[in-house]
Amino acid sequence: MALDTVSVAQSTPDNKQPWRELGLKEDEYQSIREILGRRPTSSELAMYSVMWSEHCSYKSSKIHLKQFGEKAVKSDALLVGIGENAGVVDIGQGYAITFKIESHNHPSFVEPYQGAATGVGGIVRDILTMGARPIAVMDPLRFGLADAPDTRRVLPGIVAGVGGYGNCLGLPNIGGEVVFDETYAGNPLVNALCVGVMKHSDIKLATAHGTGNLVVLFGAKTGGDGIGGVSVLASETFADGKSAKRPAVQVGDPFAEKVLIECSLEIFAEDLVVGIQDLGGAGLSCATSELASGGSGGMDIQLEKVPLRDPSLSPEEILMSESQERMCAIIEPSKLARFMQICKKWDVTATVIGEVTSGDRLNITWNGELIVDVPPRTVAHDGPVYNRPMARPAYLDGLTPISIPLPQTPAEIKDAILKLVASPNIADKSWVTDQYDRYVRGDSVLSQPEDSGMIRIDEQSHLGVAISTDANARWSYLDPYEGVKLALLESCRNIAVGGAKPLAITNCLNFGSPEDPGVMWQFAETVRGLADIALEMGLPVTGGNVSFYNQTGSVAILPTPVIGVLGVIQDVRTRTKVGLPKAGLDIYQLGTTDANFSGSEWAYLHGQIGDSAPRADVDHETRLVNLLLEGQPLFESAHDLSDGGFAAAITEVTLKHNIGATIEFVGDIAAELFAQTPGRAIISLEPHNAAALKALAEKHGIAINRLGQSGGDVLTINGAHIPLDELRKAHTETLPKLFG
Amino acid sequence: MRIGVVTFPGSLDDSSALRAIRLAGGEAVPLFHASDDLKEVQAVVLPGGFSYGDYLRCGAISRFAPIMESIIVAAEHGFPVLGICNGFQILTESHLLPGALIRNQDLHFICTDQPVTVENTNTPWTRGYTQGQRIVIPIKNGEGSYQASAETLAELEGEGRVVLRYADKNPNGSQNNIAGITNARGNVVGVMPHPEQAIESLTGPSEDGLIFFSSILQSLVAR
Repeated sequence: MALDTVSVAQSTPDNKQPWRELGLKEDEYQSIREILGRRPTSSELAMYSVMWSEHCSYKSSKIHLKQFGEKAVKSDALLVGIGENAGVVDIGQGYAITFKIESHNHPSFVEPYQGAATGVGGIVRDILTMGARPIAVMDPLRFGLADAPDTRRVLPGIVAGVGGYGNCLGLPNIGGEVVFDETYAGNPLVNALCVGVMKHSDIKLATAHGTGNLVVLFGAKTGGDGIGGVSVLASETFADGKSAKRPAVQVGDPFAEKVLIECSLEIFAEDLVVGIQDLGGAGLSCATSELASGGSGGMDIQLEKVPLRDPSLSPEEILMSESQERMCAIIEPSKLARFMQICKKWDVTATVIGEVTSGDRLNITWNGELIVDVPPRTVAHDGPVYNRPMARPAYLDGLTPISIPLPQTPAEIKDAILKLVASPNIADKSWVTDQYDRYVRGDSVLSQPEDSGMIRIDEQSHLGVAISTDANARWSYLDPYEGVKLALLESCRNIAVGGAKPLAITNCLNFGSPEDPGVMWQFAETVRGLADIALEMGLPVTGGNVSFYNQTGSVAILPTPVIGVLGVIQDVRTRTKVGLPKAGLDIYQLGTTDANFSGSEWAYLHGQIGDSAPRADVDHETRLVNLLLEGQPLFESAHDLSDGGFAAAITEVTLKHNIGATIEFVGDIAAELFAQTPGRAIISLEPHNAAALKALAEKHGIAINRLGQSGGDVLTINGAHIPLDELRKAHTETLPKLFG
Repeated sequence: MRIGVVTFPGSLDDSSALRAIRLAGGEAVPLFHASDDLKEVQAVVLPGGFSYGDYLRCGAISRFAPIMESIIVAAEHGFPVLGICNGFQILTESHLLPGALIRNQDLHFICTDQPVTVENTNTPWTRGYTQGQRIVIPIKNGEGSYQASAETLAELEGEGRVVLRYADKNPNGSQNNIAGITNARGNVVGVMPHPEQAIESLTGPSEDGLIFFSSILQSLVAR
């Protein structure tokens, strides 16, 4: 095929172009023609199609996401906010932390191992690009029903992919979630979080400044994998009868990424780059247009200089390829020699592919012929914006209250607890987490199944950070505005039970098709809720990710806003763990329980969802967090009460070190055990500290209730005796039985 | 006491091994694969990781690194070498230790707190333990199943060259529950569990692993 140059495009205005196949709408294609004053060349069309995809342009979500700016929290901790590769927050002592979650949902359904692996790889490069050393990952995962045949295909592959890539990078996997629900069948969610650390002075941005500075591509060679991943895969729903789209999934090489990390950090340490961008979704199209758009001038690129794995690739394919493990840096010519030396040390291929110009155009040539001539901002930032129609979904008017026979006798209580803790959502997740290296780097203070992951940042001062990711999609389904608030509050609680103070928020908003008004309403309510609660809590939203089109036919996933909260702990040696460490401790519940089973795991086990989510009580939760933080020196153990309620929590608390407990509730036993009332925690302490706890509880206005004592090898609740061996069997056998 | 830790492309537990040497009281010296200079270290640790991405076979490419040429020559003259996980794999590929590590029986990567017993306390790396001592150290690998010919196994067992053995449950199908071995001379030790990740109770399941590093320092003093 003849090269479609700018001059060819000018002389053949009426050539038919495959804009529809590339995922563009007719009006979008027309606006590209208007911007350029001619038809785009095939290379330009390729660039616009990937950059204007839902995944890259946020065209359906932008109009809502701007609330994060309007309701922004004034925070001194926020060093870099929304818009860069990842947000950066100050944690004191000169350290800055960057963290972010991204989705890799669609690729992981098509090709579970590679989809999940490159999801980890992509978020790690985002963190690296900020100038930080990546130090840990987490992975909130969601699947169809645990016993569905397709889950057996998807889950082992995804888990092996997350592990295969993360383990090989030497990043401890310190937490995440594994949740099953039928709506995720065909739309598994693979969200990956990475956290990195740097000194304030090391922050790097994606900008191309300085006429004459060089554009250098380094890392892996470019291949034909992942072409159109963002536009074709991530921005469309799956429908029966369509091809599997496997070529659109990227293939990862974690070893290449590991050396790229070490090479980049050495380059950063010598301050050799002006700006840097990783190549992820939309590949070179994204990196060149974003770097040029973020800078002051234009950019010239000689595309034929890009090192190729497959020499037959066309310029359009090179621009769209999402081959992994590549970075693009802007470098002053005087620093090139040293840059190349470091790349050689790590055997990393590096090639000068262009330079920053004084103009305002991004020009790309192919063997001397001009094939792209665009204003970079129109590609990177001025994509289409849609105000999609929204409507409160009809299902909300058909919700019915929970109606389940409540267990009363000891035998019924025992039976109900054993059933709940064996259900796939509550069961022990070691089968998954034991495939991840949680020890590497030697700084993992807390990791799964603790409430948060905690990493030591400084060996001398003992400063550390904690991270938790949470979502309760069923509450979001019942009430998306409250649901996301509750997820954030749960995350804060998970941070605080370990002893860390919540500092900043990231998020990954997973939804169905934005073209469905009901889904769009769920999304808008979620963003409104998150912006409101962030402001109420005084926590900055540092960045986030939106994943739409998680939908098969007309069935959308449950609205699943995954919230990540970062916390700081001044001395990691003071952290508190979940498990009862010994016998003879008093066990207390902090906060009180309502008899609302809506959205609970217990109701789900009975095929019901109920009719109303709890209200998020920010005032109460803030007081509880303060109590948890101030009470740390008193606590021998602390655990958040959430999924599965008290029954699930006490199971984890007792099984950890095989220390039993005797518990006596006075109220409605079913509610006490299975309701998921937010704003509660379970702690243990030495009996002589009871008065101190009581004083603290009064100070913070939190109701406390002594439930019993630790000891023995049986969990006894209101006369129901469950030997820990029997409890352990129920809790731990489910996943190995399902997945081998 | 200068103890070296080699960084290959893809090494991951090098920083933890350096820390373990420091915490034990030694001088930790980073070594790079591409140089044959041992920088006057008195012993060396080959750390865990995925050197060269485990391409071809685990450890198969690292075995040809310039630093390994120096280490192989030195080891043949009694220089103490400890290979941990990927380091163990490099030692078998280098033929400094017999046998091979293959994929775990259930084909999964396994990360768990593993009880093991110390079976040989005569090596410079294990002299601080007591014979038969039960310790808990993490394992984290995908290819940790130790295999050798019947003849080699008989030799290892007969000469007391099994250093660590999995206690309770065999996690990966290793023959004779072998978790670590030594060479005939006793100076080269390879173990699949990670002692460098059990040096502080804050971050590991125990502090049992630190004795590997205090042992080598004591051995060097005793020389």
